[in-house]
Amino acid sequence: MTKLPDRREETLGGYVVHGVPFPVETDPDALAFLKRMAPLQIEQEYSITYLHSYGQDSPWFAGVTNKTLLASQDPESGYTYATPRGHDMYSGEETSWIDITDRTAKVHAFTVCYFGSEEFLPETPFVLALIEYEGVNTLFLTRIMGLELDDVSLDWIGMEVTPRFLRNSKLKPTDVYFVPA
Amino acid sequence: MRTVYALSGGVSKFAKARPDKTFQAVIKEAYDAAITDLGLDFRTFTSVVDGSVASYFSDHFSRQLMAGIMAQDYLGLVPKPGHRVEGGGATGGLCFQEAWKSVASGHMDVCVAYGFETMSHVETWKGNEFIALASDVSWDYPVGGFYSGYYAMMVTRHMKEFGTTPEQMAAVSVKNHRNAYHNPYAQKRNRYTIEDVRSAPMVAWPLTRLDICVMSDGAAVTVLASEEGLEKLEAAGAAVTRPLVKVTGIGRGTDAMRMSDRPHVDYETFMRDYATEQEKSSDETRAYYKRLWKHGTRYPGVHSFRAGRTAGNMAYRQAGVGDPLAELDFIELHDAYTSSELQTYEDMGLCLYGEGGEFAASGKAFLPGIDYGLDLPDDPITPVNPSGGLIACGHPVGATGLMQGVFAIWQLQGSIGDHFGDSMLQVADAKRGAIHSHAGTGTYVTVSVLERED
Repeated sequence: MTKLPDRREETLGGYVVHGVPFPVETDPDALAFLKRMAPLQIEQEYSITYLHSYGQDSPWFAGVTNKTLLASQDPESGYTYATPRGHDMYSGEETSWIDITDRTAKVHAFTVCYFGSEEFLPETPFVLALIEYEGVNTLFLTRIMGLELDDVSLDWIGMEVTPRFLRNSKLKPTDVYFVPA
Repeated sequence: MRTVYALSGGVSKFAKARPDKTFQAVIKEAYDAAITDLGLDFRTFTSVVDGSVASYFSDHFSRQLMAGIMAQDYLGLVPKPGHRVEGGGATGGLCFQEAWKSVASGHMDVCVAYGFETMSHVETWKGNEFIALASDVSWDYPVGGFYSGYYAMMVTRHMKEFGTTPEQMAAVSVKNHRNAYHNPYAQKRNRYTIEDVRSAPMVAWPLTRLDICVMSDGAAVTVLASEEGLEKLEAAGAAVTRPLVKVTGIGRGTDAMRMSDRPHVDYETFMRDYATEQEKSSDETRAYYKRLWKHGTRYPGVHSFRAGRTAGNMAYRQAGVGDPLAELDFIELHDAYTSSELQTYEDMGLCLYGEGGEFAASGKAFLPGIDYGLDLPDDPITPVNPSGGLIACGHPVGATGLMQGVFAIWQLQGSIGDHFGDSMLQVADAKRGAIHSHAGTGTYVTVSVLERED
């Protein structure tokens, strides 16, 4: 047996209305009555396409398109960022690119999202995770696939994972995702 | 720096939606309440106030740029000086501190801080999207931008690291909803059980819908003044409530926007740069932290808010607070998530890092005299979110930090009963309290200490 939800989902949209109730005469009583009027609400569309530049981080996206995971490294200290940065936050020096594709990767933290922002609602439920790489100082935010959601457990933290790359790149950080090793 | 008094405040009851008024008129509700509390009328207050600071987070929600100046003119404050501040969820806390700076520096004698947000103009999931745009749009947002997901990740690490449980988080939800039962300004005035919280719809494991605050419409206002400002207001006819409340410490901290970029520092660095004075001075605490680090803990990682610790330490230093649990009578704390309240207990030095879960369920942060339906092992010490916090009052972002300021002023004036029509939430003989405001995953955090003048 499947019970229907108690409430119908609220959505925008509907009929276009021309004209709303208003007093025929604007005598003092009618004008005073306007203070008791319920508010009018209208829909306003807003849509925009940005030309977003990845700037100095662009090589990372070119890398995943070619099944390579890059990281940024301070040349002097060796401090390494799994999520690229053009400059090291401690020395202020420009970082170098290194290849970490084959480094051991583990789950550092995770969640299972059952709800989400509008853009990602169709993808729920999904597993969001921060990944730690061997010899890398910072983490990388990603999705993990291939997990049984009924078995959600803190034991997933520390689990070894391996990267997989989308064949058809979208030039987004989700061009790489991880699965249990 | 001059002494800064927090003289009055007003709140428009936060609601899921306020289509009955434009944002300016909602702000005016809170503004009028703050003025009325001073015993002044609009024209008289306008003649004395020197300027303002406006607080709102997102231009997206109202699809209106420069909303601040629209509020400024609606409130009759033009051509007086004013500016808008923005710092995510901490916007209200930042605004409060900017008003403090205006007065402390001598730039203004009377400064009004007003904040608002109208989050109902878009549907909930679009609102979640707007909020998620406060994460790196190259690296974080496209992976599944969802703040509840971000906080859930942070607390799974806390759970793994320290053994924290979802039931301990749920105790925060039970407390805050139950406190709100006595607060007419709160939206969600409910008696829940731990089971209710855990069986609510799962949003982002392990956080359920009852672990998370709700997007809202609302406004809040505080009036800050110097000694000279107080004299001007009283000369104009103000009946300022005694005892006076002054702001004795402000602190702020920041951290990397991307959680992934946050460091994992060693024990020595933690003790040198981040430990509280109390932690540094205790052999027992140093030994405890050494054990944590030996076990693998690194700081702050994603389990702790370094910005919160930095803000707390700074505010405590200025206010002369050595032992926050013993020396703060209450805290209005940014509980957008039950998990972040629990984590913030540690940042603010109410307990040691790793002890937040146990502290949450101990009773120490609860109010005396209220039946929470929980078996609490300890007596209340420092009530946290006696108002019900964001979890129960709601979180119209730009207003929230100022709402905390208003409730703190009322606690220290001893006027909660007058304002709530119910004295149950009045912390007995409250002399010193703190307000804590927190932006996305701990990027900006403010802590301000307020004290009753004897």
